[in-house]
Amino acid sequence: MKIDFLFTLRISRIHLMSRLKQSIVAALGVTFGIGTYIILMSFMTGLNGILDDLILNRTPHVHLFNETKQSQYQPVALHPDFQNKINFVSSVKPSDALPKIKNAIPMMQMLEQDDNVKAVTPQYTAKVFYLAGSTQLNGMVRGVDIEKEIKHYNLNNYISQGDYKDLKPGTNTIILGKGIAKKLSLELYDKITVNAGNNNISLKIVGFYESGMSDIDNTQSYTSLETAQRIGGVTNNYITDINIKLYNKELAASMANRLENQFSVSAVDIDEANAQFDTGTGIRNLISYAVSITLLIVAGFGIYNILNMFIYEKMDDIAILKATGFSGKDVQRIFILQAMLIGLIGGILGLILGYGVSFLISISPFETDAMPNLKTFPVNFNPMYYLGGMAFALISTFFAGYLPARKAKNIDPVEIIRGK
Amino acid sequence: MILETKNINKYFRKPVNFHALKDINISIDKGEFVSVMGKSGCGKSTLLYILSTMDTDYDGELFLDNELITNKTNEDLARLRNELIGFVFQFHYLLPEFTVIDNVMLPAEKLGKKSKEEIRIDGMEKLRLLGIEGQADKKANLLSGGQKQRVSIARALINSPKIIMGDEPTGNLDSKNAENVFEIFKELNESQDLSLLIVTHDQDFAEKTHRIITMEDGRILSHNGLNKK
Repeated sequence: MKIDFLFTLRISRIHLMSRLKQSIVAALGVTFGIGTYIILMSFMTGLNGILDDLILNRTPHVHLFNETKQSQYQPVALHPDFQNKINFVSSVKPSDALPKIKNAIPMMQMLEQDDNVKAVTPQYTAKVFYLAGSTQLNGMVRGVDIEKEIKHYNLNNYISQGDYKDLKPGTNTIILGKGIAKKLSLELYDKITVNAGNNNISLKIVGFYESGMSDIDNTQSYTSLETAQRIGGVTNNYITDINIKLYNKELAASMANRLENQFSVSAVDIDEANAQFDTGTGIRNLISYAVSITLLIVAGFGIYNILNMFIYEKMDDIAILKATGFSGKDVQRIFILQAMLIGLIGGILGLILGYGVSFLISISPFETDAMPNLKTFPVNFNPMYYLGGMAFALISTFFAGYLPARKAKNIDPVEIIRGK
Repeated sequence: MILETKNINKYFRKPVNFHALKDINISIDKGEFVSVMGKSGCGKSTLLYILSTMDTDYDGELFLDNELITNKTNEDLARLRNELIGFVFQFHYLLPEFTVIDNVMLPAEKLGKKSKEEIRIDGMEKLRLLGIEGQADKKANLLSGGQKQRVSIARALINSPKIIMGDEPTGNLDSKNAENVFEIFKELNESQDLSLLIVTHDQDFAEKTHRIITMEDGRILSHNGLNKK
């Protein structure tokens, strides 16, 4: 016959209250374990998220471009006289192809119809000189659809000054690399002249681009697609790069393969481009989990110890309960429930502690050149960590309570009653 | 027949082999008030713990309320103990952090046949019967020895058992309180026709019961019917 849960709960509660100090110490063990787990996970994954943003969100899932490479076929292979022969062609040079993607506009229209594709953004990259007086700086201007870049690649995180909305098609405006501005002593709304080999174009600076990587900031600027095409002196269907963002990142590799075979373009998928980055994220997560689980196990041993002590102190109670008709299982249930009550209370306090400290971290100032838009530490307040922490608190206290409770179950009441 | 044993033998194997009970055959009728006497170490407590179903390591057969209970599972035995047997120990054995009424209610809540409110009313009634209803909401460890023993009698009565077993229930009390406890037992025996089996050292106490079972060296020496009603 099972005993009523509320009844068990009442016995457990009175037992815990009678050893309030020890119960609190045991619960605090869980609190610190769970709290640290939550702080660690929130902070670590928050940081990982920012790093993901820094690298992965800026990287298209599939990048299409025309790569300079030698032709797969040499003319000799096509001539019937030389078929089934072994032909040697030495000193093969890459073909002199333009960086333009052929039929870029229809290709983009086709990609936009694809259900897996979230966004298709065209780019035209012009190699330019930035001019200020007699000084010339090498660099490039990326012509982009600024609204799409902001929406899908978080470009606004890297615009440190100015407003991207001023970068309208048809106006001579530019978001200048911060490093270039520094070298040329240029301020916001100054003019800069760029030269792409044929003509000089004067542009108004409406913002500064600061990626945190000085090599990029010293050379790269953004402008609208049309302006870039005008700088390069090319027609408005001249596109050098197509970036594709997918709903599911996992499909990137197969998509890249398919597009490479379907069109005469090169395609690089995100995993190929950032293989080592993924590994780093995985290992950081692994370390966070390992540390948290270690903490919880230590807390578990604390609970085990304290419950063991409880049971020695409560020998008489156990004997009475058994003598008055409680079975070993009832007694076991009572002590497991005590352990889990410690886990529940300690766990809830742990969640509060974890949330509190995470919140404090999230409002602490943190500035880094690598992420100009970041003012405070990144913290991830994912409720899954709170659920997981609570679940772990209950599971670990269950196991910590199980062994002492089994001991209580097997205590022979006769020995205790006679022992007096 | 409330309680009957057939050829019960008990051996202790540790620390040395010891034949603690030898061919015990006793029976207790409904409404009988029996005391068990004997020197220390004669096996009377050992016998009591076997009869109370707490000790299951014996040879022979034990019948409770005409039902063979030898070889039942621990779960079943716990239920039988809960329902049929009320236990009173020498050292009161209350749960010290629980209130008096909680202590009394525990076995009934375990039995789970009545609602908590009904059990509370029953418990208060038992406490009143024993004259300690005023202490109901006190913590058990705040009571005097005599009061504690009454609480444990009230607890033994809560499930209206068939038999009360006592292991020297007056052994730790002064003569006045011991007298009181005896009067309570006698009253219960007479008014409710309750069977009692009390192990005792107290000659005066034993002589007032219906029958004395005398034990020596693990054997029953005599079943002297004294005051059979």
